[in-house]
Amino acid sequence: MTDPLLKIRGLKIGATIYPPGEKAREIEIVHGVDFDLAPGKVLGLIGESGAGKSTIGLASMAYGRGGVEITDGTVEVNGRDILKAPFRDVRRLRGGEVTYVSQSAAASFNPAKQIMEQVTEAAIFQNKFTKAQAEARAVDLFRKLGLPEPETIGNRYPHQVSGGQLQRCMTALALCPEPDLVVFDEPTTALDVTTQIDVLAAIKEAIRDTGVAALYITHDLAVVAQVSDHIMVLQQGAMVEYGTTDQIINDPQEDYTRALVSVRSIRHEEKQPTNTPVLRVENITARYSGLSFDVLKNINVELHPGQTLAVVGESGSGKSTLARVITGLLPPSAGRITFDGRTLTPDLATRPVEDLRELQMIYQMADTAMNPRQTVGTIIGRPLEFYFGLRGAEKQKRIQELLDEIELGDGFIDRYPAELSGGQKQRVCIARALAAKPKLIICDEVTSALDPLVADGILKLLLDLQKIEDVAYLFITHDLATVRAIADSIAVMYQGSVVRYGPKSQVLAPPFDDYTDLLLSSVPEMKLGWLEEVLRHRKMESAGH
Amino acid sequence: MHPIVTLVAQRVALGVLLLFAASILIFVGTSILPGDVAQSILGQSATPEALANLRAELGMDQPPLTRYFTWLGGVLQGDLGTALTNGRDIAESLGSRLGNTLFLAFWAAVVAVPLAIFLGLLAVRYKDRWPDRLISAVTLTTISIPEFMIGYVLIYWVSIQMGWFSSVAIINDSMSLGQKLNAIAIPVMVLTLVVLAHMMRMTRAAILNVMQSAYIETAELKGLGMLRIIRKHAFPNAIAPIVNVVMLNLAYLVVGVVVVEVVFAYPGMGQYLVDHVSKRDVPVVQACGLIFAAVYIGLNLVADLVSILTNPRLRHPK
Repeated sequence: MTDPLLKIRGLKIGATIYPPGEKAREIEIVHGVDFDLAPGKVLGLIGESGAGKSTIGLASMAYGRGGVEITDGTVEVNGRDILKAPFRDVRRLRGGEVTYVSQSAAASFNPAKQIMEQVTEAAIFQNKFTKAQAEARAVDLFRKLGLPEPETIGNRYPHQVSGGQLQRCMTALALCPEPDLVVFDEPTTALDVTTQIDVLAAIKEAIRDTGVAALYITHDLAVVAQVSDHIMVLQQGAMVEYGTTDQIINDPQEDYTRALVSVRSIRHEEKQPTNTPVLRVENITARYSGLSFDVLKNINVELHPGQTLAVVGESGSGKSTLARVITGLLPPSAGRITFDGRTLTPDLATRPVEDLRELQMIYQMADTAMNPRQTVGTIIGRPLEFYFGLRGAEKQKRIQELLDEIELGDGFIDRYPAELSGGQKQRVCIARALAAKPKLIICDEVTSALDPLVADGILKLLLDLQKIEDVAYLFITHDLATVRAIADSIAVMYQGSVVRYGPKSQVLAPPFDDYTDLLLSSVPEMKLGWLEEVLRHRKMESAGH
Repeated sequence: MHPIVTLVAQRVALGVLLLFAASILIFVGTSILPGDVAQSILGQSATPEALANLRAELGMDQPPLTRYFTWLGGVLQGDLGTALTNGRDIAESLGSRLGNTLFLAFWAAVVAVPLAIFLGLLAVRYKDRWPDRLISAVTLTTISIPEFMIGYVLIYWVSIQMGWFSSVAIINDSMSLGQKLNAIAIPVMVLTLVVLAHMMRMTRAAILNVMQSAYIETAELKGLGMLRIIRKHAFPNAIAPIVNVVMLNLAYLVVGVVVVEVVFAYPGMGQYLVDHVSKRDVPVVQACGLIFAAVYIGLNLVADLVSILTNPRLRHPK
């Protein structure tokens, strides 16, 4: 057996946290992790946020983000303990032997420098290559990664290429110094599914061609199953299970792994449309001032009481703009919106309070949608005062009822948002929307920022509440699994138009239009070889045309 | 057309507009001041006829609007009018004074700006360690002491005790550059100490702000050294706020040096202005006000232009 490239033993990592109103204290976030990685192999690190996977990934570069510190254990790269090595050696390791690909290439590229300079910087600085060699190698990598105009793309600035392209540039940046190990930290998470599949394929090919070893960190088991040889499942800083990719996907031993594999188990019976829709969007066309093109083009959709219309599409397809038009934040240039039998005025400012009350919104970032200096009780109590004039004990009673409905029981009423988890914050936002007793709630990517298991809980809650309160949801999302789980009808949006619309059973059944086919086939599936299968299928199709 | 040309043209037009607005404010402001130039020239015992004659001679009997446009027309042709008190051409006497002020400001800037930025970078490099604290403490101390105090302290120690530089900063055209620099050495030190803290702290804050960015982490994970990261990755993205505060301080060096000029008997604009304010010589006050406004607006315009030109999104549109 060859010696491992990366050997981690008893790794413990601590962090200093600053809880609101308390003294700073030390906590342990990784509690003793061991693993080996052989040269040229790919290990997937999987877990929810807070599982410590990024922290472990960065530890292989002897790096701690923010107040994070490695407290115990050994990290050996090529047989040398990098935690005991002098800082000079650590600096030679970073960017030379071990490199890093972050989640957001957009933030990780310096906006003031050309891409080529940044891609080749480490290789030149670490004396691996001369400038000319490094640039030739970068162009070669750009070509391998399927970037357009590989000869000249390096002369552009980061803002001049798309998100998917920049993520590939980041991969080129990591591969340029010919490292032994690349840490991929959620490299495709921020991308649309249709972009993700291409970037994923490019990364996989680059790993294979260069023979580099990789740590592939993600929360998406279906994605990691496509690229890794082994998978380690982490939960709250400890290893749950380690095995080959095949074993983890097809024969998980631990309950937690099983839950991750079978996530999105919600089954939802599609409801039949009624005669009187609660929301009717007719011929809506809209554009932002200063833009020379329409962001929404002639949109027509209906939503029936107590049902869910899922609006699905990539970023930039106009789904959130549709929500802005319906709520009156962006008056349309043409078209009409009928709500509960009456025509809504285009502009929010001229709408009667009743219209405002019956149409509520829940946002993607629960964090920024709440005032951090108000307690949960104040946040939920505000619509009760504003719409119903509730005061004192009556208001408190209603707040408690709402908290019970979102399964947050006693003790939460006096907490501040900072004291809640991501899922709990989103629950509070749901309660705030429900407090107004709306007929329609617009949910804008409400589960996108949450871990799969937590998101599942939120979706279940939303479905239960729909039964109790008979509220309709306009559910904006880019995630097709979510759509399958909760929609009654679906509108697929692409470049400002609805390209496919109807009841869920029809929209998700063939024959598909080209775009919907592309979208559906790009959603990673939890099985080995899915990526190759899709790419082969696509190649055959394009050859057939 | 390149969007940057439009943006720059807009800023320049805005600057010109602002200057006109400032000229109106200066004119109105000096017009509503209590007191009467004719009275202050002729004294308490002047006869009403004599006062009326003098007012007519000075053009003070015209309606304000006419007076404003006459004044503005003159200014646009480089004619700042004549001083009421001594009848000299203002542009002429102001010229050499302005030259002296700019001379002092220039040398203070040459010392202070690079020093402030260097200290700011140093403070970032050793953040929360003793060099950072020492720099902060010293610069905060010097900004907190009134400048005349610093001036007298430096005169006592540097000039009198050590005998290095002259304690009086009188310069004239017959002096060589070396003599002039010897004369203004202490005022330059005082001004440097006064403006250093503000610029250094803004540099530190601007770079620290950039140091939070994800691309700094990328640079760290390339194994680059701290100084290289600050120089190559942080500083280029912090130029705009730094230039802003530098320009504000340069404006202060031109406009706010009255006290220092008085302390060192330096023949600059500040002293000239103060003299004529006390004599109610309105045209001189107006002329000085307008030049100060132009300096402020001009330097801030430069700061705006630099922040436009250093923004890669504007420089290289999609």
